[in-house]
Amino acid sequence: MAIESAVVVVGGGLAGGFAALGAAREGADVRLLSYKQSTLAQASGLVDVLGYAPDGTAADTAATDGGPLVDPYEAIPGLPDEHPYRTVGVDGVREAMGVFDEVADRYRGGHTDRNALVPTHGGTVKPTARYPASAAAGVASDDRDALLVGFETLVDFDAPHAAAHLENADVPFEVDGATIAFPGDPNADAKVTRYAKLLDEDSPVETATGTTRGARDALANAVEPHLDGAERVGFPAVLGDDDPAAVRESLAAALGVPVFEVPMGPPSLPGLRLEDDLYAALDAAGVSMETGNPVVDYESDGGGDGPRRIESVSIDRNGARIPFSADQFVLATGGLVGKGIGSDRERVEEPIFDCHVPHATDRYEWFDTGAFGDHEFARFGLPTDGDLRPLDAEGDPEFENLRAAGSVLGGYDFAAEKSGSGVSIATGHAAGAAAAEAVR
Amino acid sequence: MASTPHIAVLGGGSTGSGVARDLAMRGFDVTLVEQGNLTHGTTGRMHGLLHSGGRYAVSDQSSARECIEENRVLRDIAAHCVEETGGLFVKRPEDSEEYFQEKLEGCEACGIPAEVLSGAEARAMEPHLAEDIEKAIHVPDGAVDPFRLVVANAASAVEHGARVETHSEVTDLLVEGGQVVGVEVEHASGPGLRVHGTEGGREAIRADHVVNATGAWAGQIGDMAGVDIEVRPSKGVMTIMNVRQVDTVINRCRPKGDADIVVPHETTAILGTTDEEVDDPEDYPEERWEVDMMIETLSELIPMLEGARTIRSFWGVRPLYEPPDVGSTDPTDITRDFFLLDHDDRDDLPGMTSIVGGKFTTYRMMAEKIVDHVCDRFGVDAACRTADVSLPGSEDFSVLRDYMDEFGLQSPIGRRSVERLGSRADEVLDTDGPNPVVCNCEAVTRAEVQDAIEGSGSDLNAVRIRTRATMGNCQGGFCAHRLAGELEDSYDEPTVREAWDELLQERWKGQRHALWGQQLSQAMLNYALHATTQNRDRDPADAAESVDFAAFDDGPTEATDREGIDGPGDTGVATDGGRDGD
Repeated sequence: MAIESAVVVVGGGLAGGFAALGAAREGADVRLLSYKQSTLAQASGLVDVLGYAPDGTAADTAATDGGPLVDPYEAIPGLPDEHPYRTVGVDGVREAMGVFDEVADRYRGGHTDRNALVPTHGGTVKPTARYPASAAAGVASDDRDALLVGFETLVDFDAPHAAAHLENADVPFEVDGATIAFPGDPNADAKVTRYAKLLDEDSPVETATGTTRGARDALANAVEPHLDGAERVGFPAVLGDDDPAAVRESLAAALGVPVFEVPMGPPSLPGLRLEDDLYAALDAAGVSMETGNPVVDYESDGGGDGPRRIESVSIDRNGARIPFSADQFVLATGGLVGKGIGSDRERVEEPIFDCHVPHATDRYEWFDTGAFGDHEFARFGLPTDGDLRPLDAEGDPEFENLRAAGSVLGGYDFAAEKSGSGVSIATGHAAGAAAAEAVR
Repeated sequence: MASTPHIAVLGGGSTGSGVARDLAMRGFDVTLVEQGNLTHGTTGRMHGLLHSGGRYAVSDQSSARECIEENRVLRDIAAHCVEETGGLFVKRPEDSEEYFQEKLEGCEACGIPAEVLSGAEARAMEPHLAEDIEKAIHVPDGAVDPFRLVVANAASAVEHGARVETHSEVTDLLVEGGQVVGVEVEHASGPGLRVHGTEGGREAIRADHVVNATGAWAGQIGDMAGVDIEVRPSKGVMTIMNVRQVDTVINRCRPKGDADIVVPHETTAILGTTDEEVDDPEDYPEERWEVDMMIETLSELIPMLEGARTIRSFWGVRPLYEPPDVGSTDPTDITRDFFLLDHDDRDDLPGMTSIVGGKFTTYRMMAEKIVDHVCDRFGVDAACRTADVSLPGSEDFSVLRDYMDEFGLQSPIGRRSVERLGSRADEVLDTDGPNPVVCNCEAVTRAEVQDAIEGSGSDLNAVRIRTRATMGNCQGGFCAHRLAGELEDSYDEPTVREAWDELLQERWKGQRHALWGQQLSQAMLNYALHATTQNRDRDPADAAESVDFAAFDDGPTEATDREGIDGPGDTGVATDGGRDGD
């Protein structure tokens, strides 16, 4: 006997999470099946809606000549028809971002439609719609002079290089970089979580002069000689895992200026904090969660005259197949990175339901010659109808009761556009809400 | 001679760097010029096989004898570049018994230690060999790092007084009175170490003799002086696996054919190769069928290759040469022997000698013969010592001490570093500051990267070939920006950015041939990390027009922030007086 729910969501990243929330908020009984850790640990933790219009689209020509978009919502109607934002519409994106703002109260940016330009750990800036409070004092349109601080042992962030790079991007403030020894750093290959823990716990550490003091104080003390009139100080995103606000507060109080984090690559603490927020919200909304095992199979009816209906999906738990039945299903398993889209030398596929993924038959047409070229692979994913139901090669729904959300969708290049989180949140929310509506 | 003869050596591959070292050790004044990085041409694009000679034991026994001799020399003088893997020639049911016997007898005739193993014994040694492999011949093949070897040769040449100029393309030969008297080069970024953003310039380098060791490019050099050197470039593909499916070199025991060898190399295994004549050594098609053939054909020997992860493919061009009267139509028929062309004797053009054909394994022997020839020309009486004097890094290769403790490195990082550096480990790893790992896939530390930067300027691809950084699974996805950061101490930001972009593009180039399955996932992740997280694809610092910063969100004011916190949607608890909200 299968475990029964009204809505089953497959995938536990932003898209799956917002699909489950969207359905639960409409009163549906929701179960979320998630296999591995989501790709949020690999993301910066910034929540982009749309940073750049795709090259050559109406949105591009109308707005900014290829520069960063000030207002992402304004550009959405000019996107190509196959873009997922066109399916959910501007209102759908706004509604979903409203839910995001309720759920993730540590995020900022909701006070305006305008994008913010946030410094990256490589030293440039990127447009984003929402940023953690920890990054708020760092936005590049703020003209306060800044000091960036890096740690000798943390190779992902070279503060002097980032500072010089920002100046060459013409930011409207002076910025310097300093590299210091992290007080009490245990070894050369410490993980970011090690720094975060020292700061969370304010553990006693040995300073350069041999005295022992709290980690926060010792860090501020090591930064102080480099301040030189800076009106804010940026650190790599290691300022606490459990209590980042308190860590920043202590550092800011000791230094006498605001403190911010520069988002980093994997493993990304801001990404992990966002995942925590998401899972707390899912808990609060009463979503049942089943994690750690992959969905490997499904059962459907014969379909008769119309599309088939999925009756259940099964997870593999140590070799045993456990079915989960539902009335409606949402597929939010991610794209190429999350393995919601797979491939071999011959073809590109969606591995669970074998939904149609348009792609060239010759794999040498999947990519462009330059590293940042116009890559077909970046747009691999499922085409859908106006209700986010995946379509087969003939343009008919694959299943009557399956919707898709997030990176498993095709037709957009989130890396070039800076739209990954926004598409996941918007399509997740829309798919979840539509699933709940269908159950009713 | 009144003064020391000055010899210009063209080509910074194995032959050129070997010639430069030998010349310098015998007292010549030497300038080596190379159009790209050291190993830019053929040498950097090989499968890394240190031949035992077994491969030629039937078809070309004189080459086979040279191989086993040089195999022994290199294990001695270049110990830190060589891994003694051993090799197997394996026989499938459809491969001829007669050829198997010929191979065995050939090895014996050439002095190559060879032992026949049953299929079961071969699988005990290499468990992933196909079940139907009937038997195998075990020979002393090995794996060699061509980058490390060439860099060590160049370093030794410099220690003996040579000048080495990379990124210096030969634009003309200087010919006066019917004699070659030097070369004109175009330095990409000025003489000396390569630095991005530095303006180059032309330089006339006068020489008493020019050695043309440019391999597949030898004909182009010949054209500059109006002499005909008929090199026949032949391309071959190599496909890199992300792990070592085998720890022994696996050769297929059949007369000849494409896709018949797997070489374990550092953390990877390399599948090779094809053999197809091309017109231009710089510009030839890199084709899908070649990659597919490597995987499909070699899966007959090692079935797990069919579903395994590849991380990139690259192509190399062999500088094949045969005397004009032979006329082979199939490149696999052309001899792998080398030819010394004295253009005085051959073309009435004194002042230049070309070296063409040949094999990587015998590069030192070729160099010895060329330098003997140059010595004859100038009446210099100096013995060759390159077979006896170890290369820098291999002087004392009993160095696998416990470097982990000594330099605070974790295992296996310390071990990998020491294997790469050989006897230079002390000098390189003994650093004042902390020494974190910069490239996790290949366990390359900051000290090694800094050492490579000292040796090669802002060229991160040169740092790559010296350290292996960016050459693992992620192909630079996680570490390209870290390497760029390591340049920061010595170079300004635009220079660093240019070097960083160049590295990204180079790493992308070979990965394009591995874009399916896991490596396609990796490529998307790398693209996301570089484009989404760092915005390297749209970097405002690279843009022609400055961003209108004032048009963008300049951050929440205290009032709007408080509103956000206290507003109707608030579900959290303010822990900081409402200012920061998390």
